[in-house]
Amino acid sequence: MCGIVGLYLKTPDLEPELGRLTALMLHEMSSRGPDSAGFAVYGAANGVTKVSTLSRTGATDWKHLEHQLEHVLGADVAVETLSDHAIFSTTGNGQTARNWLIENAPDVSVLAVGSSIELFKGIGDPDAVAERLRLAGRTGTHAVAHTRMATESAVTTEGSHPFSTGADTCLVHNGSLSNHNRLRENLRKRGETFQTENDSEVAAGYLAWRMREGDTIEAAIEGALRDFDGFYTFAIGTRDGFAVVRDPIACKPAVIAETDDWVAMSSEFRAIARLPGVEHAEIWEPEPGRIYSWSHAA
Amino acid sequence: MTTTLANTGLDLATMDRRAVNQTLQEAERGDFTVLNPGGAHALACGLKSPIDVTIKGHAGYYCAGMNQEAAVTVEGNAGTGVAENMMSGTVRVTGDASQSAGATGHGGLLVIEGNTSARCGISMKGIDIVVGGSIGHMSAFMGQAGRLVVLGDAGADLGDSIYEARLYVRGKVASLGADCIEKEMQGEHRAELAELLARAGMDAGADEFRRYGSARKLYHFHIDNIGAY
Repeated sequence: MCGIVGLYLKTPDLEPELGRLTALMLHEMSSRGPDSAGFAVYGAANGVTKVSTLSRTGATDWKHLEHQLEHVLGADVAVETLSDHAIFSTTGNGQTARNWLIENAPDVSVLAVGSSIELFKGIGDPDAVAERLRLAGRTGTHAVAHTRMATESAVTTEGSHPFSTGADTCLVHNGSLSNHNRLRENLRKRGETFQTENDSEVAAGYLAWRMREGDTIEAAIEGALRDFDGFYTFAIGTRDGFAVVRDPIACKPAVIAETDDWVAMSSEFRAIARLPGVEHAEIWEPEPGRIYSWSHAA
Repeated sequence: MTTTLANTGLDLATMDRRAVNQTLQEAERGDFTVLNPGGAHALACGLKSPIDVTIKGHAGYYCAGMNQEAAVTVEGNAGTGVAENMMSGTVRVTGDASQSAGATGHGGLLVIEGNTSARCGISMKGIDIVVGGSIGHMSAFMGQAGRLVVLGDAGADLGDSIYEARLYVRGKVASLGADCIEKEMQGEHRAELAELLARAGMDAGADEFRRYGSARKLYHFHIDNIGAY
């Protein structure tokens, strides 16, 4: 069992509240996933690429990595650290930074790369993770978050959600995939890089691969509905959008609520119950195998 | 615990859920209103007396589970397993219900005014379920006894591996499950359907429905045992 939540704002007025509201939702899903938690927050792009990273040892020399990345990218790099996380900001190529870190910094996990995404995760009580990584104070346009009860792989920080392998695209997953080993091998042959043995990372890699090949997020998810074998409810974040999909058998729960100001999804309604204006929301259970998506780009 | 015939408000914003449930479980009569449910699970479960409970808002999982005698109304949506294993009484949801509504219910009447998602009436054992909207896939799976009435459409694999539950659907059926077939509507079926629709407060004519049930090829049914169902 896991808990997933997503909050997508339709009005800029609520952007200062994004982190606080996401933390409220995450708290309500703690009982579904008490062993670890994580969140991705999307904010306005400001011309730099951000690389969200995590130290596996807690003893990473971030300043040293900052200098090395400047050399590798031939561009300015700035690093900002928080607990065992660090965000590198650069005008250089984020994908090059990701690949270099994965190959050359074995004590670092690359959590996400993109112009608007920042991603954080940790093991332990979800409220404590949110507190330590300062979720409540964050601003932005949309967020997805996850509380984990591990089934397919160990309780580790790297195994916590969200997972991201492609620029600005991440997902949170409730369920389990049966064919992730074969999918992972196929995706590796197509150039995807994986950092864990986790089934949900494979799902993120699949979407990244499809979108790199030119798919829209909706087309990438249609491919996933064909190619994934297993149980899943996914909440997916992209640079300017948000999507929800459940497998055709729909064993894993999901509820969506929408007002003029926001779209929220969660495993259970109680995570949505505390959002402002929920009494006027349209509330429904997403149908099996149907893709729901919202975008600021359209 | 003293009870009163006046309507008693139980507010989950200030009361512990177990205290709310305990108050309801110990009451022998009276009307109760549960405020600020906020999607909490297992509200109004295990009631055993003919009390009247109104939940003002959306309920979480297993609301009104194992109900006996009580009349529970959810003024909103209900999560997974509303009225699961109900024995008697009435449960009404004015909005939608999630998966497995009325699962394994032995008796009583469950009315969903909106839609339900998958597996409505799964393994039903005598409960009557009336749905004003549509139901999701795999509904009435292994239904043993009772009636499921759907004013809207039914999703895929309706009545898969069904025993002797009787299904009435007014709209389209996406597909029938294994051993479930359409059956002729006879006078007795129209009569029981009309009675169920009236009790559920649904405005629909019995002639507008089609009946579905077991082809009796998947289990060892013997006509001499019909009285046992």
